[in-house]
Amino acid sequence: MALTLSVNGRNYTVDVEPETPLLWVLRDNMGLVGTKYGCGIARCGACTVHIDGQVARSCATQAAAAVGKTVTTIEGLSPNSTHPVQVAWTELDVPQCGYCQSGQIMAAAALLAKRPRPTDGDIDAEMELNLCRCGTYQGIRAAIHRAAAIAGGAR
Amino acid sequence: MTHLEITRRSFIVTTAAAGGGLMIGIAMSGPAQAAAGMMPNPWERATAKEGQEINAWIVVDPDGTTTIRVGQSEMGQGVFTAMPMLVAEELHVDWKMVKVEYADSNRHVRNNNLYQRMSTGGSGAVRNSRVFLQQAGASARERLREAAAVAWSVPRDQVVAKDSVLTAGNRRGTYAEFATRASQVQLAQEPAIKQSGQFSLLGTTLARLDTPLKVNGTATFGFDVKLPGMVYAAVKVVPVRGGKLTSFDFNAIKGRPGIIGAYALKPVGEQPFATRIDEGVAVVADTYYRALTALNLMPVVWDLGPDVAINSREYKARLTEAVKLPGAVGRNDGDTIAAMKTAAKTVEGHYFTGYDSHTCMEPMSCTVSITADRVDVWGGFQNPPGALAVVAEHLGKQPVDVYSHTTFLGGGFGLRSRNHEVRQAAEIARQVGNRPVKMLWTREENERQARGRPAAMSHLKMGLDAQGMPIAFYGRFAGHSAAAQANPTAVANGLDSGTMNGIRDHRYKIANTLIEGHIRNTNQNIQAYRAPGYEHNLWHMEQFMDEVALAGGKDPLQLRIDLTKDLPDWQLVLNTLKQKSGYRRDLPKGEGMGVAIGESFGSIIAMCAKVSVSRRGQLTVEKYDVVVDCGNLVTPAIAAHQMQSGIVYGITDAIYRELTIDKGAVVEGNFDTYPLLKISQMPVVDVHFALAGGDKWGGMGEPATPPAAPALGNAIFAATGKRVRDVIINQADLSWT
Ligand code: FES
Ligand code: FES
Repeated sequence: MALTLSVNGRNYTVDVEPETPLLWVLRDNMGLVGTKYGCGIARCGACTVHIDGQVARSCATQAAAAVGKTVTTIEGLSPNSTHPVQVAWTELDVPQCGYCQSGQIMAAAALLAKRPRPTDGDIDAEMELNLCRCGTYQGIRAAIHRAAAIAGGAR
Repeated sequence: MTHLEITRRSFIVTTAAAGGGLMIGIAMSGPAQAAAGMMPNPWERATAKEGQEINAWIVVDPDGTTTIRVGQSEMGQGVFTAMPMLVAEELHVDWKMVKVEYADSNRHVRNNNLYQRMSTGGSGAVRNSRVFLQQAGASARERLREAAAVAWSVPRDQVVAKDSVLTAGNRRGTYAEFATRASQVQLAQEPAIKQSGQFSLLGTTLARLDTPLKVNGTATFGFDVKLPGMVYAAVKVVPVRGGKLTSFDFNAIKGRPGIIGAYALKPVGEQPFATRIDEGVAVVADTYYRALTALNLMPVVWDLGPDVAINSREYKARLTEAVKLPGAVGRNDGDTIAAMKTAAKTVEGHYFTGYDSHTCMEPMSCTVSITADRVDVWGGFQNPPGALAVVAEHLGKQPVDVYSHTTFLGGGFGLRSRNHEVRQAAEIARQVGNRPVKMLWTREENERQARGRPAAMSHLKMGLDAQGMPIAFYGRFAGHSAAAQANPTAVANGLDSGTMNGIRDHRYKIANTLIEGHIRNTNQNIQAYRAPGYEHNLWHMEQFMDEVALAGGKDPLQLRIDLTKDLPDWQLVLNTLKQKSGYRRDLPKGEGMGVAIGESFGSIIAMCAKVSVSRRGQLTVEKYDVVVDCGNLVTPAIAAHQMQSGIVYGITDAIYRELTIDKGAVVEGNFDTYPLLKISQMPVVDVHFALAGGDKWGGMGEPATPPAAPALGNAIFAATGKRVRDVIINQADLSWT
């Protein structure tokens, strides 16, 4: 069935079963493969996107549930990687293999939107479901603090 | 059994501390300028220009952009930055003009292994390629100088090559201007390469060239390959290794939307063990979700085969029986049995570690396109020429007609080194016919088809003299041997020394050592892991060394120092650890520090872990100090990140991970039952380099993993008096009063 979804400021009409996870619609129907599959059961965060500004695990969100809402993926977070989280991530060279990082960045961006100066406790709570097998957590923590500083006007 | 909630003590981490002891500022002028060093599809030409190739590794474009080709696969360990640095050190190229692309595996195969080494494993990227990569850079530089010398009628030694510019007196030219002439220069003699102490680029921290693609989602992983007309395959293999596919009912699903076909995966001809595929079934559809949904709905009948009785408990009992018996001798110094009889005291330790899987964040995938005159295959290959060879063999093609294209790898750790998934994808594509097929594994398939870490047990015994010093070490090992599984005749006398890495090759000065091994295999498939052998055996060996020290009334760190007096590199590492970590044993109960050390893949790494354990047994891993001697550093930030990575990997495995085998099959399948460490549990990691220099270039990707777990085990013992020997830490009762 045809669904129209608003993703990164653009409308896409796709022919999918309405229960199809948003993840696969983004990846296979829209070609937005920056959002990753890691588990399919909302336990790893690789597929994290924003729906109406809130963190959502796209593997556990039916496409039909995103109709009429605003979806943002890593491809739409900023033009030219200028979101403070991306700037901080680049400065500190956070990614290793990089596979989890779209999800990490989307989760971190949502955290900062909610809490512009997050504590370590906030980071623990909000980033708890974003797993990284390469072990980049120390860099992620430092980069979130750095992104908060950049967003607050620091150079 | 206490269920542990493992947390990080949140007050420890501040912004300043979060970068550890190595908060390295990376020079760059801002995100807009931070262009990636390669294409999102890293197998493609790095620039749009027609460049001049000076040699197989180096291409200079008319605008001076210089592409350096990389034979190793980027799986997070930083080869897309470190390898070009080795070339650039000699080439004297302007680093800002450097781009990278993967070396072409087809050209490598066509031209008699042109790129020398194109597999990635054994922490060998730098160690095993450094000399020829430096040589490629130096040889190109001298050709550029010679070309300028001829043009300007000056001796070559008067031509200076620096930052992609050639000068002699007031003459000046760019590399781009001289690239074509340089490519034709014949040198009477190839130049010598620089040695330690002469480097200007190596040893400095440069921004990773791949970061820009990894912060905006554009880096192409195997999962992300897109081709015109491509269809998607979902696969399921028989749950019990060695079982067979009996039948499946395609009619039950064929009316579903987008379905193209269902295909049996059966052995075709004789296949070597490493790349042999398990029997299974694939469903192909126009999208992955449709393929997967249909696969899960399709009735499949399996013949589970002969190994349905294997379970973890029974297998552990087999190992326990095995280590009671003398085994094949792996090392025999002195006369251990006689010396043991003279010992004033003996200490014994039993340790066990179970099967485990690599759990790369990106599950396995592979894309295959078969046309009349060529076959193309894309994926996260640790061994691209191997992928090419498997496809050629499976499809009956000439290797020169097969092209393997390596994507970014969403983690490797050895999982992507054998190319069994490549054969699986090639078999599906063969049956589908003339459309490109992308095969993806679910997380569950990724864990259940695991070809990861073998299970292993050690029974270790040490005889001490009256002063508490070790005089006789008798170790018995039993475990699963990947080598014996692959080729039983290749393992002479039942001895696979590789399985005993970390015990058999211990470096402690003990007059008598006898190490014996037993091979006890199951139906589980085993292959390269992150630091194979060492990863589990150091959990045994280095916890045991603590037991030995304490039994002899010694300080565990001091005993390690005392037993390695003849090894200057170990002394440097251990003494640095002593100094940097503030290691002490007089902390209040519930707090503890533990040390461990190991040498693997050319690097010596010692660690001190600091933990706290609440009375009810809740563990907090607070801090790691790491001291590493890899001889020389290519780039410190990436090295430090590999230390952090190895620690996370090692402690994740020790705390959480044993694959349970029941009725011959792996039970766990996804992160709900098989967790990874979370950010809230991440200790602060401080990395300290204690470099021996000289000609030593140690590996970085693997050696930090083995010592991480035993340092943790020793810290837990220091905090609680409880030794975790044969279960994952999450199943141990760590409560204390
Ligand atoms: S893929 Fe959605 S949370 Fe793991
Ligand atoms: S960077 Fe590899 S999984 Fe996070």
